[in-house]
Amino acid sequence: MAVDRGSHLKRLEDESIHIIREVAAEFRNPVMLYSIGKDSAVMLHLAMKAFYPSKPPFPLMHVDTTWKFREMIEFRDRKVKELGLDLIVHTNEEGVRDGVGPFSHGSSYHTQVMKTDALKQALTKYGFDAAFGGARRDEEKSRAKERVFSFRTANHGWDPKNQRPELWHLYNCRVAKGESIRVFPLSNWTELDIWQYIMLEGIEIVPLYYAKERPVVEQDGQLLMVDDDRFPLEGRTPEMKTVRFRTLGCYPLTGAVESPAATLEEIVAEMLIARTSERSGRLIDHDEAASMEKKKREGYF
Amino acid sequence: MSVAENLSPEAFSEYLASQEKKSFLRFITCGSVDDGKSTLIGRLLFETKLIFEDQLAAVERDSRRHGTTGEDIDLALLVDGLEAERQQGITIDVAYRFFTTDKRKFIVADTPGHEQYTRNMATGASTADLAVLLIDARNGIQVQTKRHAFLVSLLGIRHVVLAVNKIDLVNFDEGRFEAIKRDFEAFARSFDFDTMAAVPISARFGDNVVAKSERTTWYNGPTLLEYLETIEVQSDLEDRPFRMPVQWVNRPNLDFRGFSGTISSGKIRPGDPVVVAGSGRDAVVSRIVTMDGDRDEASASEAVTIVLDREIDVSRGDILVPPSHRPEAADQFAAHIVWMAEAPLYPGRPYLLKIGTRTVTATVTEIKHRIDVNTFDHLAAKELGLNEVGFCNVSLSEDIAFDPYEANRDTGAFVLIDRLTNATVGAGMVWFALRRATNIHWQALDVSKDTRAAMKGQKPAVLWFTGLSGSGKSTIANLVEKRLNAQGRHTYILDGDNVRHGLNRDLGFTDADRVENIRRVAETAKLFVDAGLVVLVSFISPFRSERRMARDLVAEGEFLEVFIDTPIEVCRQRDPKGLYKKADSGQLKNFTGVDSPYEAPESAELRIDTTSGEPEENAEKIVAALKERGIID
Repeated sequence: MAVDRGSHLKRLEDESIHIIREVAAEFRNPVMLYSIGKDSAVMLHLAMKAFYPSKPPFPLMHVDTTWKFREMIEFRDRKVKELGLDLIVHTNEEGVRDGVGPFSHGSSYHTQVMKTDALKQALTKYGFDAAFGGARRDEEKSRAKERVFSFRTANHGWDPKNQRPELWHLYNCRVAKGESIRVFPLSNWTELDIWQYIMLEGIEIVPLYYAKERPVVEQDGQLLMVDDDRFPLEGRTPEMKTVRFRTLGCYPLTGAVESPAATLEEIVAEMLIARTSERSGRLIDHDEAASMEKKKREGYF
Repeated sequence: MSVAENLSPEAFSEYLASQEKKSFLRFITCGSVDDGKSTLIGRLLFETKLIFEDQLAAVERDSRRHGTTGEDIDLALLVDGLEAERQQGITIDVAYRFFTTDKRKFIVADTPGHEQYTRNMATGASTADLAVLLIDARNGIQVQTKRHAFLVSLLGIRHVVLAVNKIDLVNFDEGRFEAIKRDFEAFARSFDFDTMAAVPISARFGDNVVAKSERTTWYNGPTLLEYLETIEVQSDLEDRPFRMPVQWVNRPNLDFRGFSGTISSGKIRPGDPVVVAGSGRDAVVSRIVTMDGDRDEASASEAVTIVLDREIDVSRGDILVPPSHRPEAADQFAAHIVWMAEAPLYPGRPYLLKIGTRTVTATVTEIKHRIDVNTFDHLAAKELGLNEVGFCNVSLSEDIAFDPYEANRDTGAFVLIDRLTNATVGAGMVWFALRRATNIHWQALDVSKDTRAAMKGQKPAVLWFTGLSGSGKSTIANLVEKRLNAQGRHTYILDGDNVRHGLNRDLGFTDADRVENIRRVAETAKLFVDAGLVVLVSFISPFRSERRMARDLVAEGEFLEVFIDTPIEVCRQRDPKGLYKKADSGQLKNFTGVDSPYEAPESAELRIDTTSGEPEENAEKIVAALKERGIID
């Protein structure tokens, strides 16, 4: 099944393909950041469409914090093999050596070292001048103002007051040595668009999105899944509950929601009547509304 | 969205199908500071129930800290994204927001009303089909309203809605509303919008935004949302001539060669003849390839890959068009330019111009006039400053294909990029091609630069001396020329002061005139190089851009930048012409190093430090460098 010609989803698809092709044509060394989540799944699908019958002329890169759900890693490796793409997996080895993790160091330090620093390391190491990310403008307030082509200094910093004007579909792809551009082809998609597109296009996503009995413990008002024996139970016994995830990340930082939705239709139905937006499952945003803007200035995606 | 609740699975599937077939509207909101734009968008998001509970909770928390509405929830905080502007209580950049009703999906660009952010409004307008102009009912039409209407029209938006906000603060007075509406219609008539409407609203209390207000019983029109849901902005892009700028040549293996791109306008089918605009090479479309299978037709806004029936030369930047409706192809056109950078646009300074998928070098040869965006008056201008709009002649390094912006936003719009900083500095809309280029052809000559140079037994070159006034440029250049002459070399020296007595007598010392000064000298140096001479140019030439332009005019290896690096304190002490004294006392304006900038070279071929060594020694160093580079033997 494919999206209906003339529908708003087709317009979004065409726009994203245009953006992805523009990057491939103008940059010397682009990369697609692949986070394994549903947005990445859509972005990858669009990249396959953009260059068909060729393969996307850039590698995928996953920044592995070593704390991702096991099912995510299995899915990643199988998907990349099926599609015949190149995958770079980067982990901050210093962080591993120092034993950095969300339980021992807290969410913000863990995210800084294993995600933000790791990403900067990888971009510098491989000299990428463009990196695709799956962020959407409807996710969060500071994202709403970010460009599709978001310029980063040689230190990977983002200056919200000094963004390049972006008119029509003309994207300025020029960077000096060391500088780079983060490109967000899904900027104009909403969460609902993503789910509808996944449904219509039959895009495979990590099974964690579907409801299933999983071992969870409640912590600070969030349901966390006990994905491996690194989870400090401190005497608690994980309960089996029918849960699913609305976003995916590091398992100790990703809250599950209790839900019976086991098919895409059920997920979309649930989402349409949801009264809790998706990022509430991400613990890192909770401190303050401005926390995402701060992280981005520091180089977070 | 509560429609989805309590539905049977069949009804739900049907509901989803209807959601998928929704139409699409992109619009912008513009208004003056405090007209309530952010509040209006917050209201639309709120009422269309896409504001989820926890986002609301976060807003309630933030309202207590920054809010301006007392106990109520400040809806503007939903859309004022960046921390800095929340603290100042103003919107400073374009924000894109999304909401959906059962009929339409909307993308709205919230654009700021401050004078200094005209560029953001142009940005928001460039992708919008409709504009909502906000007006405070208490203030009526303001200067900014006129500016917004002008920019909206300039950027090609054909549909305008006037939202007369804060109608509650004028006691829902019909007379006030009608008066504002009349004022607006009077001045907007000249823009010739396709549709215009006015709605009395209160964004803060919700009157006539989504639901009809009972407090404006005299108003019989649709609410703002009803209007946005139903207005037809259907463009006729599909009925216009076919255009597809080639983005990427798709060549997975020797058996497949396709041209990937997004169709700007028109339709295409297998069997249709196409030509490459400009070159006129022709072929027939054999396939339209997508991952979902070959298509028997594709039309405007679709991203496809086209395969042709024969091998012709096509690359990124070319435009595929029908042989019967070809676009303009020229190296000069007239265009409206919105300037978006702190550093002004100077005629003669080269920029990169990106149009469609093509990037070329461009210079503005003439600013025909600047447009006062408040009064729409045409004013004379030698430069364009930040947020100014001008009508300009643009000259390109090569022929390109384009359409007038009015006919096609994709093939008629361009951005200008600074060649040194890579910043996007301007946005332009092509008005028409200039014919003069086609009537002046390059006359081919039999005697070439090489033959002229060979006769003199030398390699031509430009030695470009740059440095502050009093740095010693002319002194050293003079000594170098004497030495070269003594060796029988053919030379010429272009000196800043001397050229200003003749060729450049009409130029002053503003930044714009300095750019033109250097452009003429660079062109003259190029002619002398063509004559086979070693040219010594001794000009302050304070800007990197123009030195770069001079370098690009001659062949690789023919240009040597000589930076006479003398600290300003030393120059001021020497002050051979008494100019620093005059400048320091304010008698002389725009003096480089005092009240006009000098951009030191970053990678000059030669750097001469005059604080060590006599001028003769320094001249000798330069002659030695010429030998080393094989310019003289």
